[in-house]
Amino acid sequence: MPESGHGARSILPLVAEDLGYAVAGRRLLNGVSFEIGPGPCTVILGPNGAGKTLTLRLCHGLLQPTHGRVGWRGPGRAEAAREQAMVFQRPVLLRRSVAANVDYALRLRGLPRDERRERAAEALDHTGLAALAGRAALSLSVGEQQRLALARAWALRPQVLFLDEPTASLDPGATGAVESTMRAIRASGTKLVMTTHDLGQARRLGDAVLFLHQGRLVENSSSDAFFEQPSSPEGKAFVRGELLW
Amino acid sequence: MADLLEAFRTALRLILELDAELVEIVGLSLRVSLSAVFLATLVGLPLGAVAGMLRFPGRRVVTVLLNSLLGLPPVVVGLVVYLLLSRSGPLGALGLLFTPAAMVFAQFLLITPIVAALSRQVLEELWQEYEDQLRSLGAGVWRAIPTLLFEGRYLLLTAILAGFGRAIAEVGAVIIVGGNIAHVTRVMTTAIALETSRGDLPLALGLGLLLIALSIAVNAAAYLAQAVTRSAHA
Repeated sequence: MPESGHGARSILPLVAEDLGYAVAGRRLLNGVSFEIGPGPCTVILGPNGAGKTLTLRLCHGLLQPTHGRVGWRGPGRAEAAREQAMVFQRPVLLRRSVAANVDYALRLRGLPRDERRERAAEALDHTGLAALAGRAALSLSVGEQQRLALARAWALRPQVLFLDEPTASLDPGATGAVESTMRAIRASGTKLVMTTHDLGQARRLGDAVLFLHQGRLVENSSSDAFFEQPSSPEGKAFVRGELLW
Repeated sequence: MADLLEAFRTALRLILELDAELVEIVGLSLRVSLSAVFLATLVGLPLGAVAGMLRFPGRRVVTVLLNSLLGLPPVVVGLVVYLLLSRSGPLGALGLLFTPAAMVFAQFLLITPIVAALSRQVLEELWQEYEDQLRSLGAGVWRAIPTLLFEGRYLLLTAILAGFGRAIAEVGAVIIVGGNIAHVTRVMTTAIALETSRGDLPLALGLGLLLIALSIAVNAAAYLAQAVTRSAHA
């Protein structure tokens, strides 16, 4: 198993303070504050349009909040960025081989060639893609492509891996394979922070839940507490599987 | 009608026998237009990348400008280059007027906007697709430019081919700045214009046939490049 962090000091907890995001006067996210600690997997839950993906992108630094701030413990932004990776709902791969896709990400981190080759081989091995290393990445099935996106992120050995609806475009079989890869990454010591609207997946993978509704943080609790005893009416309705607007 | 058929037969014979004059003219045409395309690619691709990927004030103005330069009239480009290079012009001291270099320069000005405008479109779309992922991996926009040039290589090739097609087929610019001097600046299009007006139809027709064949070859290559891109997506 690849070890995460390789000795760097922990960048967790991630603290969001009064986080807000507005586009053309419309507030899509409003007054969201939370702390994400070192537990194995935090799930950001909520119905469509709740602001899940937005929150994830703000945390990862792809967007700048229009209000409030996101902070990591200890290191500055640049150093913290090197300890993070993100996997998107639809895998974004380069038009080159499977192995070259992983190598590209490692090269951006400035790693020497030998280490790149070693890490890429290891990541492809752990995600069951070793046999496809020489294939064109875009010739893979969507499920395999998503596993490649996970392998590429894993090879970076991030302390925190963000995942935005990582199985939303996949069939059940591919979802199972991606989830087991996510478990392996979690077991290697990488903190997972994921969005999903799939309650089953949230139960299977998460140990902490941030529940968003209409751009606000409604619940922040352990996974067990949220699913057994949601404290808000919105949370109760969501767990019961009722549609929320 | 019989005259036309006769001219056509002679034209084919000129091509098949690799007539010396015809070969010389075709050779100069290719040399001039390929040089212009090479230079236009060096300038046009980075220009397209900057206009398509960087966010700066006035970016839309640049885009509109590039797109409107797509249809630049060759005679106007020829006139401008003529004024620049004429003895009393600012670059007159170089003595380039009526040389192949002047023709390369004029075609370069004519097709750089084509390469830039078409590659801007390609790179802007690719950047929309890749920006979040590449930024997440730690690549800023400058680092992403070479990556996307490689990612879009086949589509960018069609932009370059479009520039070549335009350069090899235009007559307005090269006839003004080259002067259509035999053995010096006479290229396929200017030769066709001259021989037609002089009534030497076989040579004009032969060159015309070759020009069409070249155009078909260029379009076939562009089609293949797009087919390769599509199959890579499948």
